[in-house]
This record gives sequence, structure tokens and C-alpha cells, in this order.
Amino acid sequence: MSRNFKSVGQPVRKKDAMQLLLGKPVYVDDMTPSDALVVKVLRSPHAHALVEDIKMDAALKVPGIEGIYTYKDVPQKRFTMAGQTYPEASPYDRLLLDQRVRFVGDAVAIVAGETEKAVDKALKLLKVTYQVLEPVLDFRTAKDNPILVHPEDNWRSLCPVGADNQRNLCASEVSGEGDVDAVFADCDEIVEHTYHVKACQQAMMETFRTYTEIDRYGRLHVISSTQIVFHCRRIIANALDIPKSMVRVEKPRIGGGFGAKQTVIAEVYPAFVTWKTKRPAKMIYTRYESQIAASPRHEMEVHVKLGASKEGKIRALDVYTLSNTGAFGEHGPTTVGLSGHKSIPLYTGGLEAHRFSYDVVYTNVQSAGAYRGYGATQGLFAVESAVNELADRLNMDPIALREKNIVREGMVMPAYYGEKANACALDRCIEKCRELFHWDEKFQVRDMGNGKVRAAGMALAMQGSSISGVDVGSATMKLGDEGFYILLIGAADMGTGCDTILAQMAAECMECSVDEIAVFGADTDVSPYDSGSYASSTTYLTGKAVESACEELKNNMCRIAAGMMDCDIDDVEFTGDGVRKLDGSGFVSRFDIATKSMMFNNVNVQTTATKSSPISPPPFMAGMVEIELDKETGKVDILDYVAVVDCGTPINPNLARIQAEGGLVQGIGMALYENVTYQPSGRIAENSFMQYKVPTRLDMGHLKVEFESSYEPTGPFGAKSIGEIVINTPAPALAHAIYKATGVWHRTLPITPEKILMGLADE
Amino acid sequence: MMDIKMTLNGKQIQAQIEPDMLLIDFVRLKGCYSVKRGCETANCGLCTVLMDGTPILSCSVLAARASGHVIDTLEGLQEEAEEFVGFIADQGAEQCGFCNPGFVMNTIALLRENPEPADDEIRDFLAGNLCRCSGYEGQLRGIRAYLDWKKGVQQDEPEF
Amino acid sequence: MLSFNQYVRAQSLEEAYALCQKKSNVVLGGMLWLKMQNGNKGTAIDLCDLGLDQIEETPEEYRIGAMVSLRTLETHAGLNELTRGAMAESVKHIVGVQFRNVATVGGSIYGRFGFSDVLTLFMALDAKVELYHAGVMSVKEFSDFPRKTRDILVRVIVPKTERKTVYLSMRNTSTDFPVLTCAISGQKDHYSCVIGARPMKAALYDDEEGILAAGITPESAAAFAGNVASRANFGSNLRGGADYRKKLCEVLVRRGLLALMGD
Repeated sequence: MSRNFKSVGQPVRKKDAMQLLLGKPVYVDDMTPSDALVVKVLRSPHAHALVEDIKMDAALKVPGIEGIYTYKDVPQKRFTMAGQTYPEASPYDRLLLDQRVRFVGDAVAIVAGETEKAVDKALKLLKVTYQVLEPVLDFRTAKDNPILVHPEDNWRSLCPVGADNQRNLCASEVSGEGDVDAVFADCDEIVEHTYHVKACQQAMMETFRTYTEIDRYGRLHVISSTQIVFHCRRIIANALDIPKSMVRVEKPRIGGGFGAKQTVIAEVYPAFVTWKTKRPAKMIYTRYESQIAASPRHEMEVHVKLGASKEGKIRALDVYTLSNTGAFGEHGPTTVGLSGHKSIPLYTGGLEAHRFSYDVVYTNVQSAGAYRGYGATQGLFAVESAVNELADRLNMDPIALREKNIVREGMVMPAYYGEKANACALDRCIEKCRELFHWDEKFQVRDMGNGKVRAAGMALAMQGSSISGVDVGSATMKLGDEGFYILLIGAADMGTGCDTILAQMAAECMECSVDEIAVFGADTDVSPYDSGSYASSTTYLTGKAVESACEELKNNMCRIAAGMMDCDIDDVEFTGDGVRKLDGSGFVSRFDIATKSMMFNNVNVQTTATKSSPISPPPFMAGMVEIELDKETGKVDILDYVAVVDCGTPINPNLARIQAEGGLVQGIGMALYENVTYQPSGRIAENSFMQYKVPTRLDMGHLKVEFESSYEPTGPFGAKSIGEIVINTPAPALAHAIYKATGVWHRTLPITPEKILMGLADE
Repeated sequence: MMDIKMTLNGKQIQAQIEPDMLLIDFVRLKGCYSVKRGCETANCGLCTVLMDGTPILSCSVLAARASGHVIDTLEGLQEEAEEFVGFIADQGAEQCGFCNPGFVMNTIALLRENPEPADDEIRDFLAGNLCRCSGYEGQLRGIRAYLDWKKGVQQDEPEF
Repeated sequence: MLSFNQYVRAQSLEEAYALCQKKSNVVLGGMLWLKMQNGNKGTAIDLCDLGLDQIEETPEEYRIGAMVSLRTLETHAGLNELTRGAMAESVKHIVGVQFRNVATVGGSIYGRFGFSDVLTLFMALDAKVELYHAGVMSVKEFSDFPRKTRDILVRVIVPKTERKTVYLSMRNTSTDFPVLTCAISGQKDHYSCVIGARPMKAALYDDEEGILAAGITPESAAAFAGNVASRANFGSNLRGGADYRKKLCEVLVRRGLLALMGD
């Protein structure tokens, strides 16, 4: 569908581009006072223990120490750190500081001082006596394990998610349609395996950091690198047990998030110190802390059973996910759902029955959180690998197998909450991808004669656009002097460029240039309410709110203009540069309307709109990868990766392309390089960038991203989301290519050269 | 405490520091907030500054060792940066921006050493600059577009 | 982060040597590895005023000052010509250009690190180190030199012998620590093979049985590769298991020899 948009669909530069590229001081640690109290946390060396005693006399004597706080100093009401709509599905299982420590790295004490050296010295002088307890480290043994991670009485689950702290269960459910077992009994081919994805880190370049101070009204003012200003306000108020009206949270420029900052990580500690001391405080997480005490992807074991006819009709899918939420339940009940609900529906075309069940368990390891893909990534690794294996068993081209079974536009998806695929170009994505990738040539395994072989693999993906029936997006449009506009949002631009994209939409609505729209966000005192930047909701939902706010503002500007021209509002129309009388006998400029709005005016030129959606239209994607695999060393080199995305209308093709390319490289990282291993004590070995290897620009080959547009009727200008889906294809596509090259299906990530050479498929 | 002096972004400065102060902390103290820290293990490249024109990791060099040398951060190379960063912006590849200063500094170092690098040479030289947002491809497109533009400009320049 | 109370730029090697005798003092190389240690030291001794950042060429040898950066080694025309590019190959995968501009050859060698690419190569080149007090010794001898002996590494000396050299390594990602390193250098059909990152530090394996005495062929290359792999000791760490390293060893040695065969 070609639409003649002026701003939407244009590759506009991001509004903050030059400020960022020229190194301006726009991040938390650049624009907050450097003489704030330094706040750090003492971390537990034990995976499970009770703090018996903390001797702090020597530490308190260190010059420059302002205060040292333990579990005895903090409120005793449990809360969740998860950034989610209230009432949160995640259990209320946290205290600011707890007597029980539940993972290696868990917070034991807070130290605040004038300088970093003083605080580091004090940390070393703290003498803690622990009663060391037996931990639960293997998530496969966690359910109904006599060792409980959360035995406390005041643990609470606010929503019916199947949580039970007495069983180490954070969530549990079964859902489905049709009789899977009967269909399986009738199938010619059954593919059944378990796939294992580890707790990978988002590893955004800017670690977690927060600054807090008491403002001119005596309220707690928080400036943080966060994706969720409003949830952050609630969580900090809960943690400190103070009224929410006393907390204000804002975000400056953020150095990346990918979901890591959809959980409150650092904020509560300096907030507590500031509230106690009334002095400004700042906490900056080290990379080490960001690797061991942050909010990584949920480790999941996804068990897939797939039943098909020998002609290649995928008739039944049964998925069971065991998810490891770690020491606390943030995002535990919610990520797991996507492992089934955003993988199974891809095969709506052929499915007669499906079942999806899961358990989410507590263990004594780092608490997991939200990471791009949010469970869909893990589920898709499993389901797409199983489908690729089916293709191989049936001696069928994997594309042909997909074409027999995929969801198509107009289909109702029983496994996707019964939603209808109003906009689906998945078939065209596959076709275009095949063409750009030269699939027909590259799918053949080619021996290069030097110990290396070339092979290809493919995978499909889907995601959602916002959380249906839950997420709220809002926007405020303000007309300013001389007729420029300010767009206030509560969504957080973490580098993705949503500030710019939403301005493009506003410019399209107001028929002006993108430069005439200034964007501000996000601040809980100033911004209209927005759930925040996660669940791929900003373009789709906040965008819709922008549209509505603009419509109302245009209407009000017409009313003012009609008043100025002494006529009826039905006699005029908005033309972007002003308002004209339909009979051509009058015109007032935007400048003049703005001027009038500031003098003897009863018409509102600040309009706010709020939007939610009952549905979550999925974007779709096809990815194909060609590798060169060294059969003597196991090394995999990525030659080419082609991906074609259906995100409805790409609002800004440049930014959409970069999102996709960035997601592909993260996906490549989790598939081949990024590992998480625990020592027997429960300590994580990959606690730095020296050990946790995110891809460099030499590790990703060549990427090519294109788009196939569909038109989502409920989305602004036909748009769906793109933020998360982009990480979902590399793991299954690479596992597929590696299988073609070696004859071994690897089902545990990452697939390292050692595993390839030694044939270790499940380690 | 000890005395150091250096030329920072073209200005001679003197200061008293603790002997184990790192260059990154020193330059940030002097207002060069573009210099970022992304790790503790010298792996990310975000802290890249130029010492006597050579790109180094300011997180791993003592301010005391830099005493007597010429240090440039992005604050002092704005014009040189402005010539090419617009091409990165035209790709949307700056994204969160946290890796940008280190990336820009190292690109400046690359282009001073090798004004017409091939794609592989660009990748090799910039290998120590991590980026988690952009997927690297857009950064390369931007540099390539800049180099093509520059070549075009040079070809258009009249010969004397 | 390492902290210390005093910073001194030694004005002579004698001064540096005297200062470093105290256990609480530390000599700064590139400081990259040192920076990641925790603890308090007394005096940090900087050698940057001693003119050790130069590579001196004589008719017989290259004399590489301890403060020469890995990047300088990488781009040095003479060393790369002598080693047929093995010098550059041994360092170009190390983290990044900025890192290599800071890392010094002295720091890399003095540490005798298991993962050291340069230790592997210099050992294969029959290079020597010059210590201020203990004098000149081969890199191989230095690798066994007691660590608790505190001395100043002044320079690395590479003899300009007529030789064919190749360097290979296996890494999990392009700029990571190596899983295994391999340097082979030969003069007139006498080859030395050095394997490093086993994960233990580089060790030398001579062709004691004369497998390559008649020259490198695909058969003799495979035989010698098997011979080295069976003699060398390997261990397991985060980057790989002993069995994997053993297999890699055979592959890298064979490929290295075949590359030399072509010359």
C-alpha cells in the first residue's frame, strides 16, 4: 500500500543525533553533580545465607563515610522491582535489604560516603557473619525442592499466575486448544526435543546508574537511566514506604536498555540514602555488577513436541517451558508466556491442536528480568529448530515446509489469544528473503576443500505490539509562541529514536516539518502517563496517542481561528501553516493562532490523549544465514545474514533498519558467543567483558535488512512494532546452518567451536 | 598528592592529583564528559582519547603517565568530528550514543593514519570499539558514505 | 582497581631496580593487566623516561625496548619482514588498536602469561630478554625464571637469523584471549614449534625425532603435528577443555607447517 506521507516513512535524522555524536554531556553521570554522595552496596559471596551479624565500627570510622545501612534499617513491606503495570504479575518478594541473601551478589549493606575511595575502604572493613545455607542452583530441581528460596510469610502474589513460594513456584499454567494427544497419535512424524537458552545479559554500554536529591518541595527527585519512569516512581515509593506523591522520576539520554532497565536495579539504593540523609546521592553500577546482579534473560528449557503428516502439514504443537526466574520473581510470570504464545501461532495455517504449559521456578542465582524478545526468543529457538528438523526428516525444503503451514493475513490465531492477523506479510518476507539471500544456491552444503564447509539456515519470528488490554500510552501536544509544537511523552527513548519517530508522526498530523516539533520525555511530574518503553509498545501505542492528541489540538486551533475570523468552526479547515476559511475569504497563520492563545483565551492548546489496545498485532520476520564452518577447529564465521521484516509501516526506515541490524548481532551473540556458567558456589564466571563476549564488528559478517510492508489498521499510519522481534531469528537459523554443516543438532546455546568440534550437542 | 601538567584539548593545564588517578577520571574532572566508561577490563573502547595523536584507552593510563603529553578528547576535536559524523547520523547508527565518542575518536585516528581505508581495514581498526545497539553495519555505511563524499569533493575541486 | 601511594618516573634503570626490590612496589608496563588487580601498593615505578620505547636495529638483531607497544610491533616493517608477517599476526587479534597502543612488550613478556601471544612467538624466534640484574637469557629460560625474583626487563632481542616463521591461534571470538597459540619457526629444515595458551604458558617442542628432517610434506606435517600434540600438556579453563586443545594443537601445527611448505 503506498501512502503519500511527508514525514512518516522518511529516513529522518534522530533529534539528538548530533548531540550524541559530538559527545555532549547528556547522560546521568554527565549532567548531575559530581559531589553527590557515592553509594555502593556490599554483595553476598554466598548463594544462600542468613546475615547473622554485621560489624561496622571500623568501616564507620573511615573519614568521609556518611552512613552504613543494613536490613535492620529498611522498611519491612515486600514489593517487586519489576517495571510492570499495577497490580504487577511479578510477586512482591523483595526488600531493600533482606536478612536472607539469595544469590551470589545479593545486596547485604548500603554504604554512602563522600568519595569512592572512602566507600571502597569501608566496604572492605565491613565484617559480616553469615549462616551459610544450602542453595538451590539447578533450576531443574527447584520445583518442590525442600530448600525454599522464599520461605517468608510476607511473600505476596498479587495476581493469579499460579505462584506458590512454598513450592519455589513463581508461576505455572496450562493452556491450549484441541486434543493434542489425539492428533499426535495420528501423525506420521513426531519431532520431540528439549532446547536450552541461558541467562544472557543485555550488556548495554551504559551500566545502571541513578542520581537522587531532595528538591525544593522536600520531595525525592530521581534522575535515572531507566525505561520506566512511572513504574520506577511506584517501586521507589514502595521500597522506601513513602507516599508516591513524594517521588519524582525523570530520565535524561540513556546509553541503551534492551529491557535491562525495565526493572529497578540501582535506583532504590541512592534513593534510600537521600531520603535518610537529605543529601544528594549517586550510584553507578560497574560492569561487574551489571553482569552478576542485574536483570538478564530468563534461562529456559523449552520442550517441544511437534506432530506432522508426511506431506509436511504441522498438525500439533505441544510446548512446555521450564523458566528460571532466579532469586526474585521480576518478569518471571510474564516472560514465560511468550515462549509459547509468540512461537506456536506462526504455524496457525496447519495446526489442529496445540498445548502450552509452563512452570517458572525460583533458584539461588541472579534474578532474571526483561531482555528483548522477552521469552519469545527462547520459544522460537525451540520451535523453529524443531520445524527445521522436521523439514530435514521429510527431505523437504524448509521454505516449502513453512509455506505449507504459516499464518497468513486474515487468519484467526487460537494460540495467540484468539487474535486475528489483520496485517501479515510473512509470506512475502520469506519470498523476498529467499531472493535476496540466494537461498536456492546457498542451501546446498558446499565443501570448500580446505577443511571448511559453507552451509545455510533459516528461521521465522514473530513478536507483539504492546501488551494487549494492559499497556497505556499517552502524549501531550502543546502549541507554543510563534506556532511551534512541543510533544510531551512518558515513553523512554533509550537510543532507539522513539522521540524522533513520534515527532515524525506528530509532524505528519500537524502538516509541518519534524524540526518544528520539540520532544520532551520522560518525567513523572510533567509527562502524561505511559507504561514505559517495553513490550514493543511505543511506536504502536504511544504513536496512536500522538495521533489523537494532534487531532484534538488541530480542532482547538480551528476553534481559536474561527473565533478570530468571526465565523463558525464548521466554516474552517486546518492547513498546517494555519487555518483557512473554506470559502477562501480568510486565513490566520499558526503564528497568529499561537499569539491569540496567549491572550484572553479559553481554548486549550495543550491536548493530551491516552491509548490502550485490546489487541497486540504481531510483526513478522524471516532470517537466513550463511556460515563457513571450519570442521577441524569448530569455528563458525558468519558470511551473510539477510532478514526481511514486516513491521507494518516503517515509520523511519533508517531507524527500523538499525534496530534490525542491532537485534541480529545480539542474536548472533547469544547463539555463538555469550555464555553464562556457574561455579559450584553459584558464582558467575562471565562477570566482565573480558569473559562475557559480546560480538565485535569482526564477529558478525555482513548484514542485509529489508522490509515487506503490511498495513495494520489499528496502528498509527499502519505501523506495528519492531523493537524486539529483531533478536529472534539468529539462534535457530544458526543452529540450522550448523546442523547442515556438521550433521549435529545443537540444542543448548551458545554453540561454541568446542561443542561443534567435539559434537557436544546438549552441554 | 602530586603535580601534573598536560595539554588538554589545546590548553595547558596543571593540577594536583592522587598518584593512582586514571586519565579517564582526570579528564572527566576537567569537564570532558564525552569520555565514557563501559567496563573495567579494557575491552569496550568507549574511553578512547588521543595521546600525542595516538588512540589509547584512558581507563588504563595513569593521569601521571600522561603528564607532559598532549591529550585530545572529543571536546577538542569538534570540527574534525563534524565533518563526518553527519554521515553516521544519516544512517541513524548513533542510536543510544554511549559508544559514539570512543568510536568517533578512533575513527578520527584511523582516517588520520589511513585516509582511504577499505572496509576490512575500517573494521580491523575499529574492532576495539564495542557497540550493542547498532549492529555495526550502519556505522560502516556511514563511514563509507563519508569517504565517497570526500572523494567526490576532492574530484570536484579545481586543479591549479 | 590497583591503588598506590606514590608514582615515580625512574631516571635510571638502577633507580628502577632498587625501587622494585620492595615487595609493595610495582613496575608499570602498559598497566592493562595490573589495573585489574585489587589491592594497595606503595610506589608505582614508571620506566617511561628511560627511552625504552624504541626498536633498535643492528646488523645482527632487533633490540626491542621494554616499553615498545604491541601496536609498534604490529606495524614494524623490519620485524614483519623477518618473520614473514608472523609478528603482526601474533598481536593483531588482541582486543583493539587502542589496547595495543597501551600494552607494552615488556609487560606482556614479564608477566609470562599463559594466554600470551607474544611470548609464544618470541620463544619460537629464539629471542632473548635482557634483565637489568640477571642479564641476558633466552625467552625459554626466562619463562622458567622464578617469578619471585624481582628484576627489570629492559629489552627483548630478536636475532636476525634466516628463518621461516608462521603464527596461528584459535580464538572463540575475533579479539578474545586465544584458546591455543602456535608459532613455528624454522631454519634449514630444523623447526621449533611453540604452543601456548594450553592454557599454561608457551612451551617449546623441538623436532627431536627428526620427523621434518627431510622437509615438510603433507605426511611429515601431519606426523609432526601428532607428535607435538601427544607431547604437550593441556588443561581446561573457561575457554576450552584439554581434549579440545589437544585436537586444536594438531590442527594448528599441521596447518602452520603446510603454510611454511608453501614458502
